[in-house]
Amino acid sequence: MSRLFLSLLLGLVKAMPKVVFTSALQRHVACPDSTVPGNNVRQALENVFRARPKARSYVLDDDGSVRHHVAVFVDGAALVDRRELSDEVNESSEIYVMQALSGG
Amino acid sequence: MKNLDRCFVGTRKGLFVLERRAGRLVVKRTEFLGAQVSMVLYDPRQNTLLVAIKHGHFGAKLHRSTDQGATFEEIAAPVFPPKPEGVSDIDPIRKTERKWSVEQIWSLEVGGNAGELWLGTLPGGLFRSTDFGASWQLNRPLWDHPARSKWFGGGYDSPGIHSILVNPHNAADVYIGVSCGGLWRTLDGGETWQLATAGMVAEYMPPNLQTQGETQDPHRVAMCKAHPNVMWCQHHSSAYRTDDGGANWKELKALRPSRFGFAVAACPADPNTAWFVPAIKDEVRLPVDGKVTVARTTNGGKSFDVFSKGLPQEHAYDLVYRHGLDADSEGGALLMGSTTGSLWESFDGGESWNTVSNHLPPIYCVAWGYR
Repeated sequence: MSRLFLSLLLGLVKAMPKVVFTSALQRHVACPDSTVPGNNVRQALENVFRARPKARSYVLDDDGSVRHHVAVFVDGAALVDRRELSDEVNESSEIYVMQALSGG
Repeated sequence: MKNLDRCFVGTRKGLFVLERRAGRLVVKRTEFLGAQVSMVLYDPRQNTLLVAIKHGHFGAKLHRSTDQGATFEEIAAPVFPPKPEGVSDIDPIRKTERKWSVEQIWSLEVGGNAGELWLGTLPGGLFRSTDFGASWQLNRPLWDHPARSKWFGGGYDSPGIHSILVNPHNAADVYIGVSCGGLWRTLDGGETWQLATAGMVAEYMPPNLQTQGETQDPHRVAMCKAHPNVMWCQHHSSAYRTDDGGANWKELKALRPSRFGFAVAACPADPNTAWFVPAIKDEVRLPVDGKVTVARTTNGGKSFDVFSKGLPQEHAYDLVYRHGLDADSEGGALLMGSTTGSLWESFDGGESWNTVSNHLPPIYCVAWGYR
């Protein structure tokens, strides 16, 4: 039994946010919109990357922080904790992973 | 054997594959348009082309082609291990904490052992593959070397490994050039590293630190394949040659019209022949008097001829970066690309040049094809 399934069963993961990736990223690696379990942005994105491991290095640096020229929005506000991605999400949250306007 | 009817050009905005049609090199294909192509390497052992990408937003990646650049697949890129808790890695100039994360793949080289590849990065990590690039391991002896704490950015904000030179007669004998962190040599395949900078002088450092090895800025180092003890270095402060495997470097005072630049190419066959592309030094970084020239020595650096035939000689602001000059196996055919998107080729050892294009994106690296 996976740790995630166990967490869901025990009620530890309550939220199922929607995660949307910029179309600019889809040019390089497929990552369609998805709804995944996670109480914070880290948990949600790691669950996306578990299904699509190639996408991880496009969004995160080697040390797991958000890439300098990637912008992440949670319910319309820029992600606060770009290092640990600990910003909390709720059942109706939407996480948008976008390219920054810098870096092109 | 190099194929002079095909070449690969890595630019600020993608990879260009050129092929010769009716005598002229023309763009046959473009790949990765929009992404920076920081390095290309042809590995003749498996006839594979490796292309290092730096996406503006999404990081450094590696792609491989087994059909001369017609199609590509993404392969594993090097990844740093997590920085251990409590470990501090401070930039010596800015006093900021360094990230252990690949910013850019800046050099790639075929190793001497089966399946071996070497790869250099910003921020200064050296990686090795023993399976043709399917996986990469950080070289810990160099990364953990105490002298790395003195490395700082040269050209980029972070220090980076731009030159990897493998002794063709001894796979365990490898040099790496770091901007800005000196020239390092291993004789045991990367288990231990020693500085090989004696004779270099860093004019950009305070007087008492100008001969310090780990803060030398060798912009580019090139080895004579037939005589690997002979190497040439275009340094930030001057140009140098060694004929004893880096134990002693001698300044090339005869180099003209200047001793600043980025690119150097060594003749693979003749230890006395090399090419430089001089520029006005340091804070300007443009061709001298707006004229693009190539300087060649054929006598070990005692004197240089400066060639301009076929190159722009009026209001030209082309700079040739570290990997923007490639010589074929014999040294007669040269390929040169500039920051303003000019690409030239020469078939007489640099004495005259043909323009291939004047309007490519800024060029980072050029490489002749292979048969």
